[in-house]
Amino acid sequence: MLNALTALICCQFAGEVIARAASLPLPGPVIGLLLLLAYLIARDRAPDRELTATSGWLLRHFGLLFVPAGVGVITQLDVLGDNWLPLLIAIPVSTLLGLLTTGWVMQRLSRTSEPDESGSKTS
Amino acid sequence: MEKLFTLWVYLETTPLLGLAATLLVWQAASAIAGRMGGIALANPMLISVCLLSALLLLTHTSYAAYFQGAQYVHFLLGPATVALALPMYANLSRIRRSARAILPALLTGSLVAAVSAMLIARLLGAPRIVVLSLAPKSVTTPIAMAVAEQIGGQPSLAAVFVLLTGLCAIVLIGPAMRVAGVSDMRAQGLAAGMAGHGLATARMLLVSETAGAFGGLAIGLNGVITAILVPLLATFLR
Repeated sequence: MLNALTALICCQFAGEVIARAASLPLPGPVIGLLLLLAYLIARDRAPDRELTATSGWLLRHFGLLFVPAGVGVITQLDVLGDNWLPLLIAIPVSTLLGLLTTGWVMQRLSRTSEPDESGSKTS
Repeated sequence: MEKLFTLWVYLETTPLLGLAATLLVWQAASAIAGRMGGIALANPMLISVCLLSALLLLTHTSYAAYFQGAQYVHFLLGPATVALALPMYANLSRIRRSARAILPALLTGSLVAAVSAMLIARLLGAPRIVVLSLAPKSVTTPIAMAVAEQIGGQPSLAAVFVLLTGLCAIVLIGPAMRVAGVSDMRAQGLAAGMAGHGLATARMLLVSETAGAFGGLAIGLNGVITAILVPLLATFLR
């Protein structure tokens, strides 16, 4: 747990340093993700069990990690109140259109490359 | 009574209260969501945000005081984003094989989501700052906040839109994929990560690891696409 958490935080740290040093438009954690992925590819062995377990634990609780930022909604209540109608329509409709576009284009273009093994179970 | 008040004043100055409240409310919200079963809106994150917001407003606690404790949970968003590398690595060969489909799918989806959000909000009379804060709403919070600031939106407003978008994606992805006839888990995961960032990806990860891997990929790539594309789109809006 501790080793894995150290590795994840060090990747994020390195990502943050690279992002600032090269003034990239990407946030540190995303660069950290790429660094860890590059490391895993370069090593070309099954990732150690601890890292897999800790990552799985963090990802299963991803929703919790968004809660503090979400509560920030109370600082924006007046803006949301003044614009409730445009937001109530713009956010769901644009999200739906985005989902449909990406899902459809991806399935159309990848149909030829490889048959899908995972079935049609949807949440 | 006075002792109780002194205790409250003390607790308010420590990060403990915000941290404990976040974790306890999350546990309660998870239990509630579990009871309500398959209803997509019964999401522990949404329930937690509502309960905590109500709690803060009722007790006249400032967001800054709450965040003093909650920041420790918030911080883990970074390591969790890095952790997405693992499902991506596990699905690397599959990602490589569909590499040629991924970029067009993300580009079109990203463009459609950002343009439609800005157009609808603008047509319905939202002020400029709201329209600009909507543009990066599909990407992960830190990128969205940075992009919003860069184009003249409001970062904290963008963070709220990111969250609402993630929730919408969770609710809509099931019906949307059925209607469009998209059964391929790679396509579903990519759509979830593109339109609903980590929130929808984490949800898809519960359904299929493949979907989670493609979601993680979409989060990273759409972050790059949005950081480049949205500032360009914003100049057209002027």
